[in-house]
Amino acid sequence: MRKHVSTLALALGTAGALAFCLTGAAADAAPKKGGILKYIIPSNPPSADGHRETTFGTIHPFAQFYSTLIRVNPDNPSSPTDFKCDLCVGEVPKPTNGGKKYTFKIKKGVKWHKLSDSIKTSPEHKAMTKLVGGKELTAHDIAASFSKIVNPPKGVGSPRKAFFLMVEKIYAPDNNTVVFDLKYPSGAFIPALSMPYNFIYSKKVLDKNIHFYEKNVLGSGPFQFVEWQLGSHIKAARNADYYYKGMPYLDGTSAVFAKKYSINLQALRGGRAYIQFRGFPPKMRDDLKKALGERLTVQEGDWNCVLNVTPNNKVKPFDDVRVRRALSLAIDRWGGSNYLSKIAIVKTAGGIVYPSHPLAANKAELQKLAGWWPDLKKSRAEAKRLLKEAGYPNGFSFTFHNRAVDQPYKIVGTWLIDQWRQIGLKVKQRVQPTSQFYATLRRKKDFDVSMSFNCQSVVNPLLDVSMYQSASVAGNNYAAYEDPKLDAMFQKMNRSGDPAEQRRIMRQYEKRAIDEMAYQFPTMWWYRIVLHRTEVKGWKTSPSHYLNVDLSNIWLEEPLLSAK
Amino acid sequence: MATASGSLVGSESEDIAERTPWSAVLGDLIRRKPLGAAGGLIVIVMVVSGVFAPLIAPFDPVVNDYANPHVAPNLTNLLGTDQFGRDILSRIIYGARTALLIGFISAFVGAFSGLVLGVASAYFGGLFDMVLQRFMDVIMAFPLIILALSIITVLGPLVDNDVLLVILAITIPFIPHCARVVRSSALAIREIPYVDAARACGFNHIRIILRHMTPNVMAPFLIMITAFVGQAILLEASLSYLGLGVQEPIAAWGLMLQGGAEEYAESAPWIAVFPGLAITLAVFGFNLFGDALRDTLDPKLRSQ
Amino acid sequence: MYEYIVKRVLLVFPTLLGAAILVFFLLRLIPGDVCELRMAGEGAYVDEEALAACRANLGIDQHILIQFVDFMWGLVRFDFGLSMWSGQPIVYEIGLRFELSLQVAIMATLFSIIISIPLGTISAVKADTWIDYVVRTFSIAGIAIPSFWLGILIILFLLIFTQSWFGVAWMPPIQYVPIWVDPWYNLSMLIWPALATGYRYSAVATRMTRSALLEVLREDYVRTARAKGLLEKVIINRHALKNAMLPVVTVIGIEFAFLMGGLVVTEQVFNLNGLGKLFVEAVTNNDYSLTQALVMVVVTIFVFTNLMVDILYAWLDPRIRYN
Repeated sequence: MRKHVSTLALALGTAGALAFCLTGAAADAAPKKGGILKYIIPSNPPSADGHRETTFGTIHPFAQFYSTLIRVNPDNPSSPTDFKCDLCVGEVPKPTNGGKKYTFKIKKGVKWHKLSDSIKTSPEHKAMTKLVGGKELTAHDIAASFSKIVNPPKGVGSPRKAFFLMVEKIYAPDNNTVVFDLKYPSGAFIPALSMPYNFIYSKKVLDKNIHFYEKNVLGSGPFQFVEWQLGSHIKAARNADYYYKGMPYLDGTSAVFAKKYSINLQALRGGRAYIQFRGFPPKMRDDLKKALGERLTVQEGDWNCVLNVTPNNKVKPFDDVRVRRALSLAIDRWGGSNYLSKIAIVKTAGGIVYPSHPLAANKAELQKLAGWWPDLKKSRAEAKRLLKEAGYPNGFSFTFHNRAVDQPYKIVGTWLIDQWRQIGLKVKQRVQPTSQFYATLRRKKDFDVSMSFNCQSVVNPLLDVSMYQSASVAGNNYAAYEDPKLDAMFQKMNRSGDPAEQRRIMRQYEKRAIDEMAYQFPTMWWYRIVLHRTEVKGWKTSPSHYLNVDLSNIWLEEPLLSAK
Repeated sequence: MATASGSLVGSESEDIAERTPWSAVLGDLIRRKPLGAAGGLIVIVMVVSGVFAPLIAPFDPVVNDYANPHVAPNLTNLLGTDQFGRDILSRIIYGARTALLIGFISAFVGAFSGLVLGVASAYFGGLFDMVLQRFMDVIMAFPLIILALSIITVLGPLVDNDVLLVILAITIPFIPHCARVVRSSALAIREIPYVDAARACGFNHIRIILRHMTPNVMAPFLIMITAFVGQAILLEASLSYLGLGVQEPIAAWGLMLQGGAEEYAESAPWIAVFPGLAITLAVFGFNLFGDALRDTLDPKLRSQ
Repeated sequence: MYEYIVKRVLLVFPTLLGAAILVFFLLRLIPGDVCELRMAGEGAYVDEEALAACRANLGIDQHILIQFVDFMWGLVRFDFGLSMWSGQPIVYEIGLRFELSLQVAIMATLFSIIISIPLGTISAVKADTWIDYVVRTFSIAGIAIPSFWLGILIILFLLIFTQSWFGVAWMPPIQYVPIWVDPWYNLSMLIWPALATGYRYSAVATRMTRSALLEVLREDYVRTARAKGLLEKVIINRHALKNAMLPVVTVIGIEFAFLMGGLVVTEQVFNLNGLGKLFVEAVTNNDYSLTQALVMVVVTIFVFTNLMVDILYAWLDPRIRYN
């Protein structure tokens, strides 16, 4: 009798607790104002100019100061198709004129930051702020900023120019309207526009000094500049005139630059930082969870980065498609997905498209590709057979070129070598620091097989897969092959406005590039594990560490709210 | 006392060390210099591990075992496993091999080159000496790690073997240090009359250098080698820690401290503690041994 | 004496010139390109036009001899120019880190002196007793322990100790604040690397003190003083120690010069925004101008410190005026 009662009591108790939890969670959903967000950035920004840089080291500290035209929805950043207006009014406009014209209406009352007098900074910074501080941001500023990105003047770098090849003209017919005329309709335009690097700068400032923004911060975003100590930290304070009333919730932010992951981890553990926006390796997540328990929240998901194996198609024996296919067939991707995900920041065994995007291959389609067959023994037997047919019955040896960064490059590299060992290939790993790695991969191209990777910010598969085109067409194809069929497929796919047709061509493109010809092929997609203190609310993870770092929708709970 | 050149060498050697049976010397050493004996023991253990590694190590240091990452020390894996599941004890034993290889080769090649350059510099003097000294000064003015870093990044693309690369990076900074010290000792000897006499007798430069001056600088030279081996091991560890030394999957103590060790320092401290301990013991041993050697060979000599 | 000083000073210049030439050409041998790294560092694709524009901006597409002349001309005018990676003035970049490196160097030196002189003295006076063995073991351990491993252990120890004693894990601050702004914060950050480095540094100085003192204690004038009946303590303090200080000062001076910019690995461990960390970043970024400037600064400090020490040495002991 007693047993039944206690079981019942337990059940009731659990239900009650559960109910309490749920309502409890709902109860503290209202954002609280105040507090300083301390975060840590595993990099050191080269400059403050989002148009010029390609590193998250610039986005993480500086995105909070600027507005963009449109952006990934901060409340739903995992969706690769959910874009919202930031400076524009209403919803992201549908194109007119057969898909070639985009007209944006701009919000009124958006003001440029004023610098507080107590801030120590360069005279030029102060002068420019006096020039535009407090004045209204207009469509002309937006047009000028995008012109700089799409059509940079001489001496100005714009690494993402290639994403805007479809843009013909940008202009502002009046103070509150900006228009983009495209050469051809393109499903890749809106994602390109929403890239977090597209900071909106002031036209007046750009006209006076187009290099101003490289060293100085002057934006219209949720936070304004307080201090930037090179190599050390950056501090910001709330913009009281932010155009989203009631936001930002935080009083200010304070970010520290620290490249080493062990320092990042200790900072989180010791309370010197509350969140790090890039990601942590799985073991650190487990350790920190053990140490902090409920005080730690883990947000994880697929990352828009993939590690590829790039054989040098010009070097024997990798000019033989059989050898390349053998390399791919030897890799146990499904198994690797399982145990590698415990020690490295990789997880999903996907194809060439970001795994949860509508254009990506589903599991059934993937399993038809060589290297992704469900039967590992069969794959490896086939690999050995191909090697024998190509003239290497006892395998051969080669050098695998890799980047001298642990996560995930060296770990996956060590694993790959082990995989290839099992079909009789003796592989040595040659690791180089980043700069030399690129010099070899891109310039000298004197490698046998190299690791390469493809990381993008906004998930934009139509453009992200451009690397599989012929080397003469795609600048980021390091495998040195030519294939006009692939080029044609890519063009057709991008010019098509119909998602179903895009998907159909994508499957053909994928099959040819990584299966039939195995020119170069993906291994695993990265996995993003973001760790933060539970008291940091409002931030949701996304497929890319470049997204959703403007910090405007973050708030703090006690005890971090009152922490100094 | 200048007779034939042979007896000159004999008389000099007698100044340096007494000719007594080895066993007596050994017993004497242990009694009088317990620290040195301890150091010597550590060195011997290390050398034995390095040489007989395949026989002693319980596991293969290179094979990954993803089923057992970060296992705490237990009866199978006496020192635990690292993040790839590799046995740490085996990696430390094989690491002794890498450390000794790098340590000894760098020390010997560096010291020997320094010896040659130092003696030549002292002997020839004049412009040759001045130019060489300036060159050495320049290299010595660079902090050790900066020089090693530069050498590795520059020679990296040219040299395929990363162990060789590390050896080069460590050897080159040693040469000027060695040359400097040797030169001071050699200078002192150059002034001794018998050298002038030898020249007067018509002995050529090389003979004089090899037969007369070199043996006298042997003592500081030997001491320097033991110090160098210790320093080489430390330098290799630092370089590997920075990611520039030997690469995976070679077992090397510095490499074991890089990457996973710090990340897992709290939950799997054995990954960080044991390799560091190995490095410390090794350098410790060489230093103690070197000290004792110095005290035995010539108490008046204090290497700066 | 003056002749010696002049000679030594003159010798500084060819050394500096040699260092400048060496670093300039050495850097350009390293493959890799700051423009490429900056624009395409995280896998992004960038077109050749943008790269060419970037290189033209930085002047690295010019002929190597032209670049060399530019560099030397800049050195002569103490104009280091701008960092190729960040575009910030190099003087500003270095100045920020210099402060921190200097403070750590000074603190480490202080620790070292406080530890080494008493320990070295005790060790020498009680030579070959167990006290001597303990001190020598302690100091050799300081040389043997890899400094970065010590750093890792210190941080680990702090975290675990504070966690178990106070329930909250504490780690040293990771943002630099100058000592005159907030002394406690600053010290709580820098004391740990200063300790880790100072211990190692003191090891060398302790051994030096011991051997120098031992040598002096065997000298004739000490025996005379003993024969005269002077107290051992007086002998040591007044006579022996002063004369033994010479090589010790040399060692401390040289090691101090070494600390500025040589602390590459320690700064990595403690995440200090110092010259060593800047150097590693500059080299990995192929930032020629910054690396060159840094190397010249470090080499100059080293060379001038050596110069000071040599002159001091020669002045204090006329026997040592070697060529």
